[in-house]
Amino acid sequence: MDIVYTIWLRSMKRYVRSKSRIVGSIAMPLFLLVFLGFGLNSVVSTTSLGQQYVMFLVPGMVAMSVLFTSVFSGIQIIWDKQFGFLKETLIAPVSRIEIMFGMTVGGATTAVFQGIILMVLAVLLGLRITNPAGFFIALGFMILVGISFTAFGISIASRMEDMTGFQLIMNFVVFPLFGLSGALFPISSLPGWLEPITLADPLTYGVEGIRYGLTGVSPINPIICAVVIAGFAVAMTLVGAYLFRKVSV
Amino acid sequence: MTVAIHADNLTRRFGDLVAVDHISFDIEQGEIFGLLGPNGAGKTTTLSMLSTMLEPTSGTATVMGIDVTKDQDGVRKAIGIVFQDQSLDEELTAWENMDFHGRLYRIPKGTREQRIDELLKLVELFDRRNDIVKTFSGGMRRRLEIARGLLHHPAVLFLDEPTLGLDPQTRNHLWKYIEDLAQEKNITIILTTHYMEEADRLCNRIAIIDHGKIIALDTPAKLKDSIGGDVVTIKSPDTGKIAAAFAVPWINRIETHDGEVILTLQNAEQHLSMIVTRLNDEQIPITSISVHKPTLEDVFLSFTGKTIREEDISRKDAMRMHFRMMRH
Repeated sequence: MDIVYTIWLRSMKRYVRSKSRIVGSIAMPLFLLVFLGFGLNSVVSTTSLGQQYVMFLVPGMVAMSVLFTSVFSGIQIIWDKQFGFLKETLIAPVSRIEIMFGMTVGGATTAVFQGIILMVLAVLLGLRITNPAGFFIALGFMILVGISFTAFGISIASRMEDMTGFQLIMNFVVFPLFGLSGALFPISSLPGWLEPITLADPLTYGVEGIRYGLTGVSPINPIICAVVIAGFAVAMTLVGAYLFRKVSV
Repeated sequence: MTVAIHADNLTRRFGDLVAVDHISFDIEQGEIFGLLGPNGAGKTTTLSMLSTMLEPTSGTATVMGIDVTKDQDGVRKAIGIVFQDQSLDEELTAWENMDFHGRLYRIPKGTREQRIDELLKLVELFDRRNDIVKTFSGGMRRRLEIARGLLHHPAVLFLDEPTLGLDPQTRNHLWKYIEDLAQEKNITIILTTHYMEEADRLCNRIAIIDHGKIIALDTPAKLKDSIGGDVVTIKSPDTGKIAAAFAVPWINRIETHDGEVILTLQNAEQHLSMIVTRLNDEQIPITSISVHKPTLEDVFLSFTGKTIREEDISRKDAMRMHFRMMRH
């Protein structure tokens, strides 16, 4: 545990020092929330949503900031590889599993913080969490999404030599996962043939879980959401641990 | 004397390239041992195997009696390592980099903090302990890495090209630190370098390594003695005749390398006028003539027929070719 804590501590120190990154990665979901949310608010029929579009969008944007921050945190290992710091970590008499867990917990924590910042900003924009327990439900889902996608980032980083492939992963894996997840629109409004794809997207369950917590309604049973995203988090952690075990520097 | 590091027929292949080719040596405790050779000679690969970063293809090695393949964690606890490339976290302060290391090696809090302060003072970085490493110069970073490598009190310290890329003044400074360390902490140091001067100044014994093989291993003084005296280098457009002209008993050795002849003899200063006279008698034109005490460069030249610099260049090309081929 002490090693996991050590690696986590380093992530936290780096996180609080990177003010530009904190602001930078909150900007995108915040702007989307404001522009799309208020821009489309009157256009989107509120009857099918049962709420204002901007409020519908909040959980999606919270999920988005958790998603992008965690993927990025995981992929950052490539920097550690290139700047040599990974060698220092790997030569220590500790197991790779501990190092990988530390990185995952660190990345997930960073991501959840970013999600919370967005949530607070959403409250300023008019979000009302009706049930205090809902906040903790949302938090739980954010943690699971954070763990899943940090581990995903670590898996990718374990197989990549430099950042050149980063854009590719972002555009062809992360963004589609996000787009199909129901973060931007109700999944029921998609054409029927797209629905199975949406339901195969693990992020869908994360988004809907957060939505259940924040707004109290969700098209998918929150228990199912919890089971699926928790299972995905475990699976990604195992994949990440396996791939990270083989990293050589 | 007890053995700190023992290597027995250590070999590492990368595909069909034999990077380290059946090398064997013993390093005694408290010794500063140098692996000297051109880039790509197999120095870093040897170090990687001894530090458990790389599995040997064949052969065995022990560090403080621990087998490098059988008990990796045991070896890792016994060694400190300063890599060739920088391995600090630039976003953290000097103190935090040390602290991270101390925690990874599970040094209890009290001891850890006390040692960090002590080591930072030793490398004269205590006043800068709360500064972010990004603001440090190359020499300061190197010193911090050395301090970090010592934090868990290793019995053996590995230094891979410790002064690579540093300016001469910083290099001198660092040499002093390393010398003091070896004395003060009484630890075994194994370092790789391709700077002759560095090996000469720091090391108790040197293994000259080329093409993955140890071609000479001794104290710097004995290696230089093996040359057979001082070195006189004659540059001339007509090197062919020189060898014949100096077939005399007071010349120990004659070697010809492109455009220059190297004579080895005792007390060269006293014989210099005789050499010039003889060249004039034989009507051999002289472009230049120089006398110097033997250096490790001469030793390398006499063992390999090449200077370490020539070797560096051709080796880089060879490596490039090799990697190009591997890619296809």
